[in-house]
Amino acid sequence: MLSYTTYDPLTEYVLRCADNNLILGHRISEWCGHGPVLEQDIALTNMALDLLGQSRMYLKYAAELIGHNETEDSLAFLRDAMQFRNSLLVEQPNGDFAHTIIRSLIFDSFHYFFTEQLMQSNDKRLADIATKSLKEITYHRKFSSEWTIRLGDGTEESNKRMQTAIDDLWRYKGELLSPDELDMEMLEKGIGVDLNKIEPLVDNHLSDMLNRATLQIPQAEFMQKGGKQGLHSEHLGYILAELQFMQRAYPGLNW
Amino acid sequence: MSESSMLEIFEEKIKREIKIEPREWMPDAYRKTLVRQISQHAHSEIVGMLPEANWIKRAPTMRRKVALLAKVQDEAGHGLYLYSAAETLGTSRKTMIDDLLSGKAKYSSIFNYPTITWADIGAVGWLVDGAAIMNQVMLCRTSYGPYARAMVRICKEESFHQRQGYEIMLTLAQGSQEQKAMAQDALNRWWWPSLMMFGPSDKESKHSAQSMAWKIKRKSNDELRQNFVDATVPQARLIGLSIPDPDLKWNEERGAYDFGDIDWEEFWNVVKGNGPCNKQRLDDRNKAHEEGHWVREAALAFAEKQAKRKAKKDKVA
Amino acid sequence: MNENKDWPLWEIFIRSRAGLNHKHVGSLHAADEDMAIENARDVYTRRNEGISIWVVESKYITASNPEDEESLFDPADNKIYRHPTFYDLPDEVKHM
Repeated sequence: MLSYTTYDPLTEYVLRCADNNLILGHRISEWCGHGPVLEQDIALTNMALDLLGQSRMYLKYAAELIGHNETEDSLAFLRDAMQFRNSLLVEQPNGDFAHTIIRSLIFDSFHYFFTEQLMQSNDKRLADIATKSLKEITYHRKFSSEWTIRLGDGTEESNKRMQTAIDDLWRYKGELLSPDELDMEMLEKGIGVDLNKIEPLVDNHLSDMLNRATLQIPQAEFMQKGGKQGLHSEHLGYILAELQFMQRAYPGLNW
Repeated sequence: MSESSMLEIFEEKIKREIKIEPREWMPDAYRKTLVRQISQHAHSEIVGMLPEANWIKRAPTMRRKVALLAKVQDEAGHGLYLYSAAETLGTSRKTMIDDLLSGKAKYSSIFNYPTITWADIGAVGWLVDGAAIMNQVMLCRTSYGPYARAMVRICKEESFHQRQGYEIMLTLAQGSQEQKAMAQDALNRWWWPSLMMFGPSDKESKHSAQSMAWKIKRKSNDELRQNFVDATVPQARLIGLSIPDPDLKWNEERGAYDFGDIDWEEFWNVVKGNGPCNKQRLDDRNKAHEEGHWVREAALAFAEKQAKRKAKKDKVA
Repeated sequence: MNENKDWPLWEIFIRSRAGLNHKHVGSLHAADEDMAIENARDVYTRRNEGISIWVVESKYITASNPEDEESLFDPADNKIYRHPTFYDLPDEVKHM
């Protein structure tokens, strides 16, 4: 069973897509003004803007599904942690540039194949959003893949940092690709993506990139999960404390 | 060609409004002035990202968030265009950045003030970008080609920045009592520092006269400041905010606003490094630079390896 | 290693629409050519400014010497026979 079911299954599913984009976009936006070099500062912000843009499309759809007076903003700024449906991976801290790149590599690999499949959804709205997003995601995956290779095969220090990042973040890959009840239900209805089908595609891409980057795939089998059902790490609360500050401190106003 | 005849050609070009281009002869002092001014301008864009980036994560709506993020990213782009323009004069970006990080180079003091509330993001966009635009529109006609072209691109992109800020202020001014107070407080804190952005008054400005003669600058500090006051006062009135200056008064004869004396002591104090955020801003830039070192180094090492591999492959083929 | 090296400088040329030439738009730094293309995309095409990008490392650009400007380009001034208006035709010939 879902731990904290709040909404109907379709809405829950849409929120998973929305929240992955929102929280990763939030994380990457933290780099703005602090990037390792000016050109990469700009590139990272482009990615944050893409992700936030995609999250808005999903949030608006979710708000319409819920009805009442729900909006993209009420969903982003007024839900508490257990109502968020993002995976654990995207809420992990930026760390050094290596952690940011590896987090994106894992997410982008998943996101690319997931979105490509979602374009076939018989939910027209989801299929449209997926179609609009895929070009951006294609670029994200290229960016994180190339930087993985560059830094993995760069200097001894960069290789070590990248290996540490993979060892730290690999445990969050499993959740993206293991179907739970909601995933099965959405798949049966022709709405959702077959995670079992995209898993080998994602793994192939990852192992190809890591090989070319001269990095080792971690042997650890255990995978952390819970985020997409609403059981998060401690990091999410602090993200929300900042993300939601204004709407919490001054409820019900126009900005 | 003798130096005096090259100087003659140079001055003739300035007189006839023909742009000076990178590899052409120019007086050393002209080159130095440009490098100093363009790099300061670039540094201001880069340091200027920090007070605004301070609110990206806390922006109150998704619409405001993406607009602010795109705006701060533009500042990075503008910094980059300007560093590129300065590099055409033979100074590397690295040299310029080292000077910024060591505290040797200056940047606009306005960015040494803190953005404490969300209204500050409105005030910065409206006033600080508004003041910057006055200066930048003038610089589109500056005599050095690459600088002028960078400014044209920047002005095009800047056009949404001030609107973004003013719209935030407008929304606050039409909002609750708390929001109105927040907006007025931000205007109170940013008004005078914004007027200081145009630099010392013409009588005191040590570089101004020469820069005007070379047409690097086309308007004096005081002229630009007056233009800014005249443009901004009606905008404040329109949304019901009051300018924190008891001496502000329309002067029928001049067709312009008279305004109170600027506290130049505060200005010089912030320039000297004693503003509320001077240390924080430089620390942040230094931290980003140091933490990025291994990334820059690794990218170069990888590029070198790739080039070697390619050369080897070409040789075999 | 490379303690004090900037990434190389690249000149960026962008084709803004199909059918137009690539035009110089500015420069940027990148470690290699792939990165230069991507940086150019992120820096210079944020507002739909382009559909194609050329990058070339600045050190490979050879430029004419400004001091040669007169000897290189002024001689074209007096070759007025290269321009259509040099030739007198009767008004009846409308377009040629």
